[in-house]
Amino acid sequence: MSRPLINRSPMPGLGLSVGVTLTMLSLVVLLPIGALLMKGASFGLPEVWAVVNTERTWAALFLSFRISLYAALFNLVFGIVLAWVLVRYDFPGRRIIDAAVDLPFALPTAVAGIALTTLYAPNGFFGQFAKELGFRIAYTQWGILIALIFVGLPFVTRTVQPVIEEIEREVEEASATLGASRAYTLRRVILPMLAPAALTGFALALARSVGEYGSVIFIAGNIPLKTEIAPLLIVIRLEEFDYNGAASIGISMLAISFFMLLVINAVQIFSRRRIGHV
Amino acid sequence: MSDTPAPQFRPANFRPVTTESPLTRWLLIASVVVVLSVLLFAPLIVVFAEALKDGVIEALASLGNRDARSAVLLTLMVTALALPLNAVFGVAAAWLITKFDFRGKAFLITLIDLPFSVSPVVAGLCLVLLFGTNSLFGGWMVAQGYPIIFAVPGIILATLFVTFPFVARELIPVMIEQGKVEEEAALTLGAGGWRVFFTVTLPNIRWALLYGVLLCNARAMGEFGAVAVVSGKIRGQTATMPITIEMLYNEYLSVAAFTMAALLALLALVTLVLKTLLEWRYADQLAATHRH
Amino acid sequence: MTYANAFALPDLRHMNAKTALCRAWIPAFGLALFTLSAPHGLHAQELLNVSYDPTRELYREFNDAFSEHWVSLGHDAPDLQGSHGGSGAQARAVIEGLNAQVVTLALASDIDKIADAGKLPADWQSKLPHNSSPYTSTIVFLVREGNPKGIKDWGDLIGEGIEVITPNPKTSGGARWNYLGAWAWAEKNGQDPQAFVKALYGQVPVLDSGARGATTTFAERGIGDVLLAWENEAYLALAELGDDEFDIVVPSVSVLAEPPVALIEANIKSDEQRELATAYLEYLYSPEGQAIAFKNYYRAWDTSAANPEDVARFPTLDLRDIASFGGWDKVQPEHFGDGGIFDQIYTAK
Repeated sequence: MSRPLINRSPMPGLGLSVGVTLTMLSLVVLLPIGALLMKGASFGLPEVWAVVNTERTWAALFLSFRISLYAALFNLVFGIVLAWVLVRYDFPGRRIIDAAVDLPFALPTAVAGIALTTLYAPNGFFGQFAKELGFRIAYTQWGILIALIFVGLPFVTRTVQPVIEEIEREVEEASATLGASRAYTLRRVILPMLAPAALTGFALALARSVGEYGSVIFIAGNIPLKTEIAPLLIVIRLEEFDYNGAASIGISMLAISFFMLLVINAVQIFSRRRIGHV
Repeated sequence: MSDTPAPQFRPANFRPVTTESPLTRWLLIASVVVVLSVLLFAPLIVVFAEALKDGVIEALASLGNRDARSAVLLTLMVTALALPLNAVFGVAAAWLITKFDFRGKAFLITLIDLPFSVSPVVAGLCLVLLFGTNSLFGGWMVAQGYPIIFAVPGIILATLFVTFPFVARELIPVMIEQGKVEEEAALTLGAGGWRVFFTVTLPNIRWALLYGVLLCNARAMGEFGAVAVVSGKIRGQTATMPITIEMLYNEYLSVAAFTMAALLALLALVTLVLKTLLEWRYADQLAATHRH
Repeated sequence: MTYANAFALPDLRHMNAKTALCRAWIPAFGLALFTLSAPHGLHAQELLNVSYDPTRELYREFNDAFSEHWVSLGHDAPDLQGSHGGSGAQARAVIEGLNAQVVTLALASDIDKIADAGKLPADWQSKLPHNSSPYTSTIVFLVREGNPKGIKDWGDLIGEGIEVITPNPKTSGGARWNYLGAWAWAEKNGQDPQAFVKALYGQVPVLDSGARGATTTFAERGIGDVLLAWENEAYLALAELGDDEFDIVVPSVSVLAEPPVALIEANIKSDEQRELATAYLEYLYSPEGQAIAFKNYYRAWDTSAANPEDVARFPTLDLRDIASFGGWDKVQPEHFGDGGIFDQIYTAK
């Protein structure tokens, strides 16, 4: 299929938006990441592979991506519910909750890590219950999961929320008039409208969790092969003054995340193209 | 508000078709409150409790010194510079992606997302590799007397990097949802590009833009990892609030550390006050779009 | 249509606004960056001391004392700045261009890395007395009040059910001394040191990234029976967190940790600055400077001006310095390098 690079459009502002987007993208993102890739290129792909292809690095990468996926899935479901509740329902404390959603970003990750560890350590407010039941939350993979849910909490909510605010009630009324139950309307009318935004939020939460270091380091325990996350390995390499090793792990994480995001974004655009623009 | 409720002639168990049954509503609200209490409010309470451990006066006193003030100012300045730049970029990128059809769109969006998937530690490393004294450009800049790394520009660049996708990613789903019919209509009626943007597009995307800026603001003020690598951590000069918090904590000054963390949380809410004000300001329009 | 055309797609009505905006914001961005980076505080002679984490209290007090001393010699009050972080990260920052005139780090190997980058001569450690280490410290055990598990020496740490808290030697300079202390004890007591450290790290439930994190885990989270800590950190923890909760246990053998200081030649901009930086480091060795080190729980050398109580605090024990392990050049790659003995503890089957 040969599509033109860009379809002719009567919309104004192409030049300006291309200019601003590409300039900023290059200055802020592409140049620094290019510097990292150059570093990788300077010592070659086999070297990068040699660094990555060890049991310990694989264990760390697998751990980081696996738990990030669980955290992002939780945030996907919870984020949609939260956004819906915040926009559609009125109840005491709604504004406070709306205000608090962004806080996981505002608290420096280390503070979040310390606060969460305080709560979930065996002598903490929640940790003591877990201790009675005979397991630990902090210093295990459960602790990592909690920290990653925390750092990714705002994404889905904040991407879905504006979409819900823009939904015209007529659509739901029309659906109801045609005899659809409320559940059916939610599932077949509302949810598809939220899907692109929710998927965006999911992708962002996933990406953010994979790279998270500051908060996880306090709650994880950091035992090699068990609770050691990939970003910690990068820090370890840097402490050894091994820039090549650090860049290698950084590049491999970047490649995996990039591929994951690309798939999610392509699925979104493809499905939208098939259904047609709303 | 102008629209006083009309006299109601409804059966007691009347429920509009556009909402859920009371039981569902109650369950959803309860689950949200429970999860947020455990995951979000509890840590926040810990922060405030630690800050106020020795009383309000002690907490406030810890913010009084010169280093604390300079950290607050630096963080505010960095945020004030990063926000508008990211907002302009976000609007431009969202316009490009949603108003035009071109090949490689998924690729472009993924490039915009990329800063999130880069560990902050690596983000800092990237900037050091690009602008450090041992790099070509960085070395030249230092020779000219304008160092980037271990100075304020490096902190701004790191902040821009970690907050880069926020505004664009908030706007894109909303602008897709809205399509471009309204803009096309305005163009047909002879409106110019800027006029279309300001009178048609901007009012439609203002909430998404605001949410994007809210997130960007929070993250810009709270970022530690990437900034820590490029800041040099010089007290009173390149120490932002998160870096100062870490320093204080390591000095066993936990009251001062958590007070500053609490202040940071409160500062992040400033934009929220703005949002509430906007909601009042536009209450009529909101009512118009949502209630007919 | 080609890609180039995309950029040139005409929107003639708004060309002026568009180009004006494009032209305006890029330089504005640059200008903002440059004006912000302009050096300030040129009025006073500046000195940046890049140091590691646990020395904040020490250098805060020392800077005040030195400032007074410097003014009393007829100079203007200097602008003394401090930066604190992990020793390795701080060394990397100096290599990458952090404008430090003076470094005061945890490990000589970190300053060696700065020397490798050509910022100071390779023989820097011979420029000042005592291997350029104005103060030393050692590794001790912090146990819970009353020492319920009866921990007396390194050998007790690998007992059944004992949990040991120590930071990760890969990310914490201090933790490398903990590891070497254990190694030294095993060697002295005729055990296989490698097997002993492996058994020791098998008792560690949490490997924090830094010394402060480990102290928090032990003291505030209630994890573990014993914390391996810098002697100065252990005393500080007692002072800050309450001496009715913890006891210090001094093992039979430990390490002589020598945190070195050095002048970074490449960052000295003028003779005046060199004079200030040199005086700053020399004042660390003066009786007054040494007294401040003693007061901050470091084992310094010159007791003449120190408070006798500060000196009497330190018990004498068998201390091994890094040279007896073969020097950092050998120890760093062999034990803590990638795939070194520490890595093998976790990966070797």
